[in-house]
Amino acid sequence: MNRLDVIDILLVEDNPQDAELTIRGLRRRNINNPLHVVEDGAEALDFIFCRGAHGGRDFSKLPKLILLDLKLPKMDGLEVLKALKLDERTRAIPVAVVSSSQETPDIQTAYALGANSYVVKPAGFDAFLEAVGNLGFYWLLVNQPPVK
Amino acid sequence: MKDKVILLAEDNPDDVELTIRAFRKNHISNEVIVAKDGAEALAYLHGTGMYAGRDITVIPVVVLLDLKLPKIDGLEVLKVIRQNEFTKLLPVVILTSSAEQQDVINGYNLGANSYIRKPVDFEQFTEAIKSLGLYWLVWNEPPPTKRKSEG
Repeated sequence: MNRLDVIDILLVEDNPQDAELTIRGLRRRNINNPLHVVEDGAEALDFIFCRGAHGGRDFSKLPKLILLDLKLPKMDGLEVLKALKLDERTRAIPVAVVSSSQETPDIQTAYALGANSYVVKPAGFDAFLEAVGNLGFYWLLVNQPPVK
Repeated sequence: MKDKVILLAEDNPDDVELTIRAFRKNHISNEVIVAKDGAEALAYLHGTGMYAGRDITVIPVVVLLDLKLPKIDGLEVLKVIRQNEFTKLLPVVILTSSAEQQDVINGYNLGANSYIRKPVDFEQFTEAIKSLGLYWLVWNEPPPTKRKSEG
Protein backbone atom coordinates (compact mmCIF):
# COMPACT_ATOMS: atom_id res chain seq x y z
CA MET A 1 0.00 0.00 0.00
CA ASN A 2 1.12 3.52 -0.86
CA ARG A 3 2.21 5.52 2.21
CA LEU A 4 0.00 8.37 1.00
CA ASP A 5 -3.05 6.09 1.09
CA VAL A 6 -3.28 6.40 4.86
CA ILE A 7 -3.15 10.15 5.37
CA ASP A 8 -5.50 11.50 8.07
CA ILE A 9 -4.57 15.17 7.76
CA LEU A 10 -3.89 16.96 4.49
CA LEU A 11 -2.15 20.25 5.16
CA VAL A 12 -2.32 22.67 2.25
CA GLU A 13 0.27 25.32 3.05
CA ASP A 14 2.90 27.01 0.89
CA ASN A 15 4.83 28.59 3.74
CA PRO A 16 7.31 25.96 5.05
CA GLN A 17 7.62 27.74 8.37
CA ASP A 18 3.86 27.70 8.96
CA ALA A 19 3.74 24.05 7.89
CA GLU A 20 6.45 23.16 10.37
CA LEU A 21 4.76 25.08 13.18
CA THR A 22 1.47 23.40 12.37
CA ILE A 23 3.04 19.97 12.65
CA ARG A 24 4.73 20.94 15.92
CA GLY A 25 1.47 22.29 17.33
CA LEU A 26 -0.29 19.01 16.52
CA ARG A 27 2.47 16.77 17.88
CA ARG A 28 2.56 18.80 21.09
CA ARG A 29 -1.08 17.81 21.68
CA ASN A 30 -0.20 14.18 20.87
CA ILE A 31 -2.00 14.27 17.58
CA ASN A 32 0.27 11.90 15.74
CA ASN A 33 -2.03 11.01 12.87
CA PRO A 34 -0.32 10.61 9.50
CA LEU A 35 -0.10 13.98 7.81
CA HIS A 36 0.93 15.10 4.36
CA VAL A 37 1.85 18.61 3.23
CA VAL A 38 1.10 19.95 -0.24
CA GLU A 39 2.37 23.38 -1.18
CA ASP A 40 -0.10 24.61 -3.74
CA GLY A 41 -3.78 24.40 -4.57
CA ALA A 42 -3.36 22.35 -7.74
CA GLU A 43 -1.42 19.67 -5.90
CA ALA A 44 -4.06 19.60 -3.15
CA LEU A 45 -6.69 18.63 -5.71
CA ASP A 46 -4.28 16.18 -7.42
CA PHE A 47 -3.75 14.54 -4.04
CA ILE A 48 -7.45 14.26 -3.19
CA PHE A 49 -8.58 13.19 -6.65
CA CYS A 50 -5.50 10.98 -7.24
CA ARG A 51 -4.33 12.72 -10.38
CA GLY A 52 -0.96 13.78 -11.78
CA ALA A 53 1.88 13.04 -9.36
CA HIS A 54 -0.70 11.35 -7.08
CA GLY A 55 -2.16 9.16 -9.82
CA GLY A 56 -1.27 5.98 -7.92
CA ARG A 57 -3.08 6.89 -4.73
CA ASP A 58 -6.23 5.05 -3.66
CA PHE A 59 -9.17 7.47 -4.05
CA SER A 60 -11.29 5.63 -1.50
CA LYS A 61 -8.83 6.68 1.24
CA LEU A 62 -9.94 10.21 2.01
CA PRO A 63 -8.33 12.30 4.75
CA LYS A 64 -10.27 12.98 7.97
CA LEU A 65 -9.37 16.66 7.87
CA ILE A 66 -8.05 19.18 5.38
CA LEU A 67 -6.30 22.26 6.75
CA LEU A 68 -6.45 24.81 3.97
CA ASP A 69 -4.54 28.06 3.62
CA LEU A 70 -6.19 30.63 1.33
CA LYS A 71 -3.30 32.37 -0.42
CA LEU A 72 -1.72 29.55 -2.38
CA PRO A 73 0.31 29.33 -5.60
CA LYS A 74 -1.24 27.94 -8.81
CA MET A 75 -4.79 27.71 -7.48
CA ASP A 76 -5.98 29.63 -4.45
CA GLY A 77 -7.59 28.07 -1.42
CA LEU A 78 -11.13 29.21 -2.20
CA GLU A 79 -10.93 27.52 -5.62
CA VAL A 80 -9.73 24.31 -3.96
CA LEU A 81 -12.57 24.52 -1.44
CA LYS A 82 -15.11 25.05 -4.19
CA ALA A 83 -13.89 22.02 -6.16
CA LEU A 84 -14.00 19.81 -3.04
CA LYS A 85 -17.46 20.91 -1.93
CA LEU A 86 -19.02 20.71 -5.39
CA ASP A 87 -18.01 17.08 -5.84
CA GLU A 88 -20.33 14.73 -3.97
CA ARG A 89 -17.49 12.23 -3.48
CA THR A 90 -15.46 14.73 -1.46
CA ARG A 91 -18.09 17.13 -0.08
CA ALA A 92 -18.24 15.48 3.33
CA ILE A 93 -14.52 15.83 4.15
CA PRO A 94 -14.17 18.47 6.90
CA VAL A 95 -12.21 21.46 5.62
CA ALA A 96 -10.89 23.98 8.12
CA VAL A 97 -9.62 27.15 6.51
CA VAL A 98 -6.53 28.35 8.36
CA SER A 99 -5.57 31.76 7.08
CA SER A 100 -3.95 34.99 8.16
CA SER A 101 -6.77 36.85 6.42
CA GLN A 102 -9.34 38.44 8.68
CA GLU A 103 -11.11 40.03 5.73
CA THR A 104 -14.88 39.73 5.93
CA PRO A 105 -15.24 38.77 2.23
CA ASP A 106 -12.77 35.88 2.64
CA ILE A 107 -14.61 34.56 5.69
CA GLN A 108 -18.00 35.02 4.06
CA THR A 109 -16.95 33.33 0.81
CA ALA A 110 -15.26 30.45 2.60
CA TYR A 111 -18.45 29.63 4.53
CA ALA A 112 -20.62 30.14 1.46
CA LEU A 113 -18.47 27.61 -0.42
CA GLY A 114 -18.92 25.12 2.39
CA ALA A 115 -15.90 25.52 4.68
CA ASN A 116 -16.56 23.63 7.91
CA SER A 117 -14.60 26.13 9.96
CA TYR A 118 -12.47 29.25 9.60
CA VAL A 119 -9.58 29.87 11.93
CA VAL A 120 -7.41 32.99 11.78
CA LYS A 121 -3.69 32.25 12.18
CA PRO A 122 -2.56 34.02 15.34
CA ALA A 123 0.50 36.23 14.93
CA GLY A 124 2.66 35.03 17.83
CA PHE A 125 4.65 31.80 17.86
CA ASP A 126 3.09 30.34 21.02
CA ALA A 127 -0.40 31.44 20.07
CA PHE A 128 0.03 29.76 16.69
CA LEU A 129 1.14 26.47 18.25
CA GLU A 130 -1.77 26.58 20.69
CA ALA A 131 -4.34 27.38 18.01
CA VAL A 132 -3.18 24.55 15.79
CA GLY A 133 -3.16 22.15 18.71
CA ASN A 134 -6.74 23.11 19.62
CA LEU A 135 -7.80 22.76 16.02
CA GLY A 136 -6.28 19.31 15.66
CA PHE A 137 -7.67 18.14 18.99
CA TYR A 138 -11.19 19.20 18.08
CA TRP A 139 -11.26 17.80 14.56
CA LEU A 140 -9.45 14.55 15.20
CA LEU A 141 -10.45 13.63 18.73
CA VAL A 142 -13.84 15.26 19.33
CA ASN A 143 -15.37 15.48 15.88
CA GLN A 144 -16.57 12.37 14.08
CA PRO A 145 -15.12 12.31 10.56
CA PRO A 146 -17.17 11.01 7.63
CA VAL A 147 -14.60 8.27 7.05
CA LYS A 148 -13.57 5.53 9.45
CA MET B 1 -18.59 36.79 22.29
CA LYS B 2 -20.45 36.55 25.62
CA ASP B 3 -23.56 38.22 24.22
CA LYS B 4 -23.91 35.53 21.56
CA VAL B 5 -26.54 32.90 22.16
CA ILE B 6 -26.20 29.17 21.59
CA LEU B 7 -29.20 27.33 20.17
CA LEU B 8 -29.51 23.83 21.56
CA ALA B 9 -32.04 21.62 19.79
CA GLU B 10 -32.43 18.66 22.11
CA ASP B 11 -35.50 16.79 23.30
CA ASN B 12 -33.91 14.86 26.15
CA PRO B 13 -34.06 17.03 29.33
CA ASP B 14 -31.16 15.11 30.91
CA ASP B 15 -28.91 15.85 27.96
CA VAL B 16 -29.99 19.50 28.01
CA GLU B 17 -29.05 19.75 31.66
CA LEU B 18 -25.73 17.97 31.21
CA THR B 19 -24.82 20.17 28.25
CA ILE B 20 -25.61 23.41 30.08
CA ARG B 21 -23.78 22.21 33.19
CA ALA B 22 -20.72 21.35 31.10
CA PHE B 23 -20.76 24.84 29.59
CA ARG B 24 -21.07 26.54 32.99
CA LYS B 25 -18.36 24.38 34.51
CA ASN B 26 -16.02 25.57 31.77
CA HIS B 27 -16.98 29.24 32.13
CA ILE B 28 -19.00 29.38 28.95
CA SER B 29 -21.71 31.66 30.23
CA ASN B 30 -23.51 32.45 26.97
CA GLU B 31 -27.27 32.25 27.00
CA VAL B 32 -28.48 28.85 25.80
CA ILE B 33 -31.80 28.81 23.96
CA VAL B 34 -33.28 25.33 24.26
CA ALA B 35 -35.58 24.03 21.54
CA LYS B 36 -37.17 20.72 22.50
CA ASP B 37 -38.12 19.78 18.98
CA GLY B 38 -37.19 20.65 15.41
CA ALA B 39 -40.19 22.92 14.91
CA GLU B 40 -39.19 25.02 17.93
CA ALA B 41 -35.63 25.36 16.63
CA LEU B 42 -36.90 26.68 13.31
CA ALA B 43 -39.44 28.92 15.07
CA TYR B 44 -36.57 30.54 16.96
CA LEU B 45 -34.45 31.01 13.83
CA HIS B 46 -37.34 32.32 11.74
CA GLY B 47 -39.01 34.37 14.47
CA THR B 48 -42.32 32.56 14.19
CA GLY B 49 -44.72 30.79 16.59
CA MET B 50 -43.61 31.24 20.20
CA TYR B 51 -40.77 33.44 18.92
CA ALA B 52 -42.93 35.70 16.74
CA GLY B 53 -41.55 39.22 16.63
CA ARG B 54 -38.00 38.22 17.56
CA ASP B 55 -35.27 40.11 15.69
CA ILE B 56 -34.14 37.34 13.35
CA THR B 57 -31.01 39.19 12.28
CA VAL B 58 -29.69 38.21 15.71
CA ILE B 59 -28.52 34.71 14.94
CA PRO B 60 -26.91 32.20 17.31
CA VAL B 61 -23.14 31.76 17.22
CA VAL B 62 -23.65 28.02 16.87
CA VAL B 63 -26.52 25.54 16.70
CA LEU B 64 -26.14 22.22 18.51
CA LEU B 65 -28.49 19.89 16.77
CA ASP B 66 -29.68 16.49 17.89
CA LEU B 67 -30.81 14.24 15.05
CA LYS B 68 -33.74 12.38 16.54
CA LEU B 69 -36.10 15.23 17.33
CA PRO B 70 -39.89 15.27 17.60
CA LYS B 71 -42.00 17.03 14.94
CA ILE B 72 -39.16 17.89 12.53
CA ASP B 73 -36.04 15.77 12.65
CA GLY B 74 -32.53 17.17 12.85
CA LEU B 75 -31.47 16.60 9.24
CA GLU B 76 -34.65 18.32 8.05
CA VAL B 77 -33.90 21.28 10.33
CA LEU B 78 -30.39 21.42 8.89
CA LYS B 79 -31.76 21.43 5.36
CA VAL B 80 -34.04 24.37 6.13
CA ILE B 81 -31.20 26.27 7.87
CA ARG B 82 -29.05 25.94 4.75
CA GLN B 83 -31.86 27.16 2.47
CA ASN B 84 -32.67 30.29 4.44
CA GLU B 85 -30.86 33.52 3.54
CA PHE B 86 -30.33 34.57 7.19
CA THR B 87 -29.09 31.24 8.46
CA LYS B 88 -27.42 29.51 5.53
CA LEU B 89 -23.87 30.17 6.83
CA LEU B 90 -24.68 29.51 10.47
CA PRO B 91 -22.34 26.96 12.09
CA VAL B 92 -24.29 23.79 12.88
CA VAL B 93 -22.81 21.00 14.99
CA ILE B 94 -24.73 17.75 15.02
CA LEU B 95 -24.66 16.37 18.56
CA THR B 96 -26.21 12.96 18.64
CA SER B 97 -26.00 9.47 20.06
CA SER B 98 -26.24 8.01 16.57
CA ALA B 99 -23.04 6.39 15.39
CA GLU B 100 -24.51 5.24 12.13
CA GLN B 101 -22.15 5.99 9.30
CA GLN B 102 -25.04 7.00 7.07
CA ASP B 103 -26.16 9.69 9.53
CA VAL B 104 -22.61 11.05 9.64
CA ILE B 105 -22.33 11.19 5.84
CA ASN B 106 -25.81 12.65 5.40
CA GLY B 107 -25.09 15.25 8.05
CA TYR B 108 -21.93 16.46 6.33
CA ASN B 109 -23.47 16.31 2.88
CA LEU B 110 -26.37 18.49 4.01
CA GLY B 111 -23.87 21.05 5.24
CA ALA B 112 -23.28 20.30 8.92
CA ASN B 113 -20.05 21.96 10.02
CA SER B 114 -19.22 19.22 12.47
CA TYR B 115 -20.60 15.94 13.83
CA ILE B 116 -20.14 14.85 17.41
CA ARG B 117 -21.21 11.57 18.84
CA LYS B 118 -22.36 12.06 22.42
CA PRO B 119 -20.00 10.09 24.63
CA VAL B 120 -21.91 7.79 27.02
CA ASP B 121 -19.44 8.36 29.82
CA PHE B 122 -20.22 11.48 31.89
CA GLU B 123 -16.63 12.75 32.11
CA GLN B 124 -16.10 12.28 28.40
CA PHE B 125 -19.39 14.00 27.66
CA THR B 126 -18.30 17.00 29.73
CA GLU B 127 -14.92 17.08 27.95
CA ALA B 128 -16.54 16.94 24.52
CA ILE B 129 -18.94 19.79 25.39
CA LYS B 130 -16.05 21.84 26.74
CA SER B 131 -14.00 21.39 23.59
CA LEU B 132 -17.03 22.01 21.39
CA GLY B 133 -17.93 25.20 23.27
CA LEU B 134 -14.43 26.62 23.17
CA TYR B 135 -13.97 25.69 19.54
CA TRP B 136 -17.11 27.34 18.19
CA LEU B 137 -17.25 30.27 20.62
CA VAL B 138 -13.61 31.20 20.89
CA TRP B 139 -11.35 29.58 18.31
CA ASN B 140 -13.54 29.53 15.22
CA GLU B 141 -14.10 32.76 13.31
CA PRO B 142 -17.87 32.89 12.81
CA PRO B 143 -19.44 33.91 9.51
CA PRO B 144 -20.02 37.67 9.28
CA THR B 145 -23.47 38.60 10.56
CA LYS B 146 -25.86 40.00 8.03
CA ARG B 147 -26.89 43.49 9.05
CA LYS B 148 -30.40 44.74 8.67
CA SER B 149 -29.35 47.41 6.18
CA GLU B 150 -28.00 44.74 3.84
CA GLY B 151 -31.47 43.28 3.72
